[in-house]
Amino acid sequence: MSSTLLEAHHIGKHFGGVSALRDVSLTIRTGEIYGLIGPNGAGKTTFFNCLTGLYVPDRGDFGFDGQLLAANAPHQAAQRGIARTFQNIRLFGNMSARENIMVGRHLRTRAGVLGAVLRDTRTRAEETAIARRADELLAYVGIADRADHLAKHLPYGDQRRLEIARALATEPRLLCLDEPAAGMNATETAELRVLIEGIRADGTTVLLIEHDVKLVMGLCDRVAVLDYGEKICEDIPSVVQKDPAVIEAYLGGSPDA
Amino acid sequence: MKTWLSPRSTAGLIMIAGALLALPFLAASGGQAWVRILDFAILYVFLALGLNIVVGFAGLLDLGYIAFYGVGAYVYALLASPHFGLHWPIWAILPIGAFVACLFGMLLGAPTLKLRGDYLAIVTLGFGEIIRIFLNNLDAPVNITNGALGLNLIDPVRLGSLSLAGTSEWGALSLSGPQKYYFLLVTLAIVVVVINLRLQHSRIGRAWQAIREDEVAAKAIGINTRNIKLLAFAMGASFGGIAGGIFAAMQGFISPESFSLTESVMILAMVVLGGMGHIPGVIFGALLLAVLPEVLRYAVVPAQKALFGSVLIDPESLRMLVFGLALVLVMRFRPAGLWPSPERKRELAEVSE
Repeated sequence: MSSTLLEAHHIGKHFGGVSALRDVSLTIRTGEIYGLIGPNGAGKTTFFNCLTGLYVPDRGDFGFDGQLLAANAPHQAAQRGIARTFQNIRLFGNMSARENIMVGRHLRTRAGVLGAVLRDTRTRAEETAIARRADELLAYVGIADRADHLAKHLPYGDQRRLEIARALATEPRLLCLDEPAAGMNATETAELRVLIEGIRADGTTVLLIEHDVKLVMGLCDRVAVLDYGEKICEDIPSVVQKDPAVIEAYLGGSPDA
Repeated sequence: MKTWLSPRSTAGLIMIAGALLALPFLAASGGQAWVRILDFAILYVFLALGLNIVVGFAGLLDLGYIAFYGVGAYVYALLASPHFGLHWPIWAILPIGAFVACLFGMLLGAPTLKLRGDYLAIVTLGFGEIIRIFLNNLDAPVNITNGALGLNLIDPVRLGSLSLAGTSEWGALSLSGPQKYYFLLVTLAIVVVVINLRLQHSRIGRAWQAIREDEVAAKAIGINTRNIKLLAFAMGASFGGIAGGIFAAMQGFISPESFSLTESVMILAMVVLGGMGHIPGVIFGALLLAVLPEVLRYAVVPAQKALFGSVLIDPESLRMLVFGLALVLVMRFRPAGLWPSPERKRELAEVSE
């Protein structure tokens, strides 16, 4: 349980004169739910984008499962087992829910042009397996009845679930969720919490960016706090909650005032 | 999963096959010119389906598609004409033409991988023009393409001992040159349609669609967008190359003039007008835009003579007028094309929930 899955070494990223990330190092252990919190603009999503290869960090690197992660290669990050969702949901809007997940299987399947044109037994078997897995995942996240709806016509909460299902289709070892509870009501958030706990129980490590402090504190094993691109705290939730630097970052003002 | 066709679609297929068999004979009753028009219509189907892979499936706007057609035509012409004294057989040239066009497709694709929409359109437009200008000027210092004069006396297609040029007779059955090309073209077009249909509903087809929808998300779930986009360019281009080869053989003469920007726009219009990404729609669009101008050409002059006693408007300029109007009307009233796929209709429909 305590082996290291992800190590971020001194990650730095700036846009023009703005330092979005400054020397951020953190370690995520296999099997845990790790929370990344911080005020708006603290650099949480930038960290995600660096990790998943959408941005190239200016400094530092990531070690994943004991090996260095190549920069600037999102599909390689996915190949290694890092899947993500987006803060502003990015589904394939004009494809059905099932097709969205089927695309997610791209990485773990092989059929090429020749297979597609000839439709040999192997390709057909693969297609059947892809469709079956898609249906399993739809049921897993609880939207089986929406399989044939276009993704863009799904209710908001279901879109979030579908995005998680699509990420799970890539068979990740680390699932990165970028504010999955944003815009959800209390019931939906509670359901989401059950889903995330289930994902962890099924063996996937979870990295969670979230604003809902209650959710993070209740769900995460450990939490890191970013403020102005710097990690100001990393510990178990109960300790983080009482950390003066964290309180200052969230509530403003200085402790001696 | 469906393993065999329903009786209804079997009946439909038999009817289509019957129509395809009868068509060249019906057309011939109006003169061989109509059979040639038919041949060109199928050639355009071929091209539109090739472009549909790039534009319809992968969502990459390509305004220089005709360049690949040109490359295929020149490959055929150079390898089967007195120009270099080469007379290779068709089964050797067409794959080479497809391969060379495919290389050019990747040549265009590689530098444009990061471009989308308008920017991509401008670069591809430039690429198409570059190819045409090259063809126009590659007659010095070494004469490769014979410049603006074009290449003449290109070998017709020969299948074994059968030449597709001129009339052949088998007992009571007599087939003219254009009729024989028709059957070759229809056979190839069916192959292309099947390839297209199967690609669309495959792992690759879904990846193309994903890139069209959201490239960042496609990357994030592990699609190698570079390779998948290059594949779209390469496949589209190789279909263009094959079409070009047959065009060269059928015409016997090619010059850079045949591969102008207007042609690229025309093929794109076929794809858009018919229904982007929907194969039956694209075929319909191609047939319509290829045949309609010819019908106009034959109908307009007599009609004007009957009405006004003289020809007031040149059919050629009228053609562009009708064309423009048709495009505007279609885009205004049927933005998904004349025959869109059911999914695309759904996309544009209002959400009723």
